[in-house]
Amino acid sequence: MHRDQQRANDQSICSPPDAGSPPRRSFLGGLLAAGTAGVGALLIIPVIRFVLHPVLATTTEKSWSEVGKVDELQSITVPVQKLVQIEQLDGWRRTVSQKPVYVLKNSAGQLAVLSAVCTHLGCTVPWIDKQNKFVCPCHQAVFNPEGRLIGGPAPRSMDVLPTKVEQGVLKVQYQFFRQLTPKKEAVA
Amino acid sequence: MDDGRASNRGTESDESIVARLVHWNEARTGLNSLLRHALDEPIPGGARLAYVFGSALLFLFLSQIVTGVFLAMYYVPSADHAHTTVSYITKEVSGGSFLRSIHSYGSSAIVIVLLLHVIQTFMYGSYKGRRELLWIVGCILFALMLGMAFTGYLLPWDQKAYFATTVGTNILSEIPVAGNWLKQLLRGGTEMGTLTLSRFFVLHVFLIPALIFLFVAQHIYLFRKAGAAGPVSADPIYPNLPTEPFYPKQLVIDMGFALLIVVVIGFLAWRIPTMLGPKADPSETVFLPRPEWYYIPVFQYLKYWRGSTSVIGILVIPAILGLLLVGLPFFDRSLERRPWKRPFSVGAFTAVFVALGFFGVQSHREDMQSPGVAAQLRKQRQHEEEFMKEPFQPEVVGASAGGAATNPLAGKGQSLFTAQGCDACHGENGTGTAAAPKLTRIGIKYDSAKLESLLKSPTSNMQLAGMQPVDMKQDDLDALVAYLQSLN
Repeated sequence: MHRDQQRANDQSICSPPDAGSPPRRSFLGGLLAAGTAGVGALLIIPVIRFVLHPVLATTTEKSWSEVGKVDELQSITVPVQKLVQIEQLDGWRRTVSQKPVYVLKNSAGQLAVLSAVCTHLGCTVPWIDKQNKFVCPCHQAVFNPEGRLIGGPAPRSMDVLPTKVEQGVLKVQYQFFRQLTPKKEAVA
Repeated sequence: MDDGRASNRGTESDESIVARLVHWNEARTGLNSLLRHALDEPIPGGARLAYVFGSALLFLFLSQIVTGVFLAMYYVPSADHAHTTVSYITKEVSGGSFLRSIHSYGSSAIVIVLLLHVIQTFMYGSYKGRRELLWIVGCILFALMLGMAFTGYLLPWDQKAYFATTVGTNILSEIPVAGNWLKQLLRGGTEMGTLTLSRFFVLHVFLIPALIFLFVAQHIYLFRKAGAAGPVSADPIYPNLPTEPFYPKQLVIDMGFALLIVVVIGFLAWRIPTMLGPKADPSETVFLPRPEWYYIPVFQYLKYWRGSTSVIGILVIPAILGLLLVGLPFFDRSLERRPWKRPFSVGAFTAVFVALGFFGVQSHREDMQSPGVAAQLRKQRQHEEEFMKEPFQPEVVGASAGGAATNPLAGKGQSLFTAQGCDACHGENGTGTAAAPKLTRIGIKYDSAKLESLLKSPTSNMQLAGMQPVDMKQDDLDALVAYLQSLN
């Protein structure tokens, strides 16, 4: 079909050739365009929020794990190993795992909790009672009873974890720290 | 625009940058002429509201793809996780309930608009005049869309999804000879399970959509080849009416209709979000399955066929009806399109729809009349509402894995395993890491005495790899061995 003829036909069908028609059509078209843009914008917002959910909704709430009753821990003289249960929220899953920590008294006589993860390469450091020090079995990093580095390849002392006492219970906020760095750096 | 382009060809430098860009693109892709070809589709007799359904379907299908792709960002198709992830989408993820509701209402909208599209095509006699293939491809698309609705329904893996699909797939076994085999093929086993979910997921997001794309392309191509049929008074092959191009009026009407659909679905999704029921529990015996509304008439119809005659109702009658529908343009060869001049076919078509409507009403009436059924359906609805009010429960992984929970000695051993740092190399619950092998099933390989001696004095190979001799009290050693034995 020839376009000219088609064009002529259009005019005969949809718009009588009076002057009022073009502005009305453009007004309707504009209204539709605005409506489409408006509704489109409205719909894109939930989609963006949906996609960004894991980025925006990071929980600021930190989880505290129970270590033990303060009364019972007051009597300790050497580092004592405790297992704490830590929970990590991973999207729709909650992973529960146990991690070893050491409870000890620091030089000020306060209870402190150390991570048992070696600052060198991440092995679990045992407390050797006979030698009165921590000795990592992997590469022989040695720490004193307060966790301070006294020998071996480790770049820093054992990591102290944040603690608080609630209703007579010592609680620790378990964290992972970067290995091989001289400064303590928490990793998410 | 056309004329301007032709006369300006010699003086391109005078044109605006946009026009030059359009030229550049057109010379390489031909996209402009393609677009013009699409928009200049001639409509005999001019644009009409009655012609909106085809493009509305295309629009809805695209909307389902967009929402579906986003939902897949959080969904996991496994019997273990599907319900948790849908619950997570519905209760936790921002905009999740809204997006899921849009997808769910979208499927209903597709069925409604699909029916309107079929009714319009039938009543207008738009399948006549060299449009047999166009009609058949349309019928295939109809079946594929119903397949999408059926497979999508199972994915949330809640009670009603599970039991409705159990019933839905059971119907297959009524087919003589191959019925049971087909049912097993679709379910991935004799019973519904995680393999069923995987299969339905693959059908719902890969296979059927791929086929829909293919047939939609064919449908549009065949439609453009045959041309729009125009009003009922027009001849289906040579409409002989003044035409109007698709753009702008029909496009504006189509877009207006699409906008109306979006607003209605969006409003429903916002005000009445789609529910999720409690997780599928196959051991439940009293659950009354009811399919989605558009399958209710078929569901009711199937109730009437029991026993030896069921093959007639479930296979023979649907097959005849299906054949009549698909073969319609072959049986009905006359070029007469006005519905009042074709009383027989219009009457039969209307009768089928009236019957479906009747079955739908009848199903509802039967449910309401039986007090036990009505009460059970009410209870199921109530359970759904209660589940929706509960906060999201994440799936708990770890800690009690292995046999530690049942055997206290092994439990102590598990604590030692962690405390001694065995897990640093052998992984949590002995699942292994890059540094050391996994210990699961080690109890099958070695007995307790051998395990104990290996712990006390590892082989030279083990020592080379970093395994230290274990030095602990006999009680603790026994516990550790018991734990290792439990890791099966």
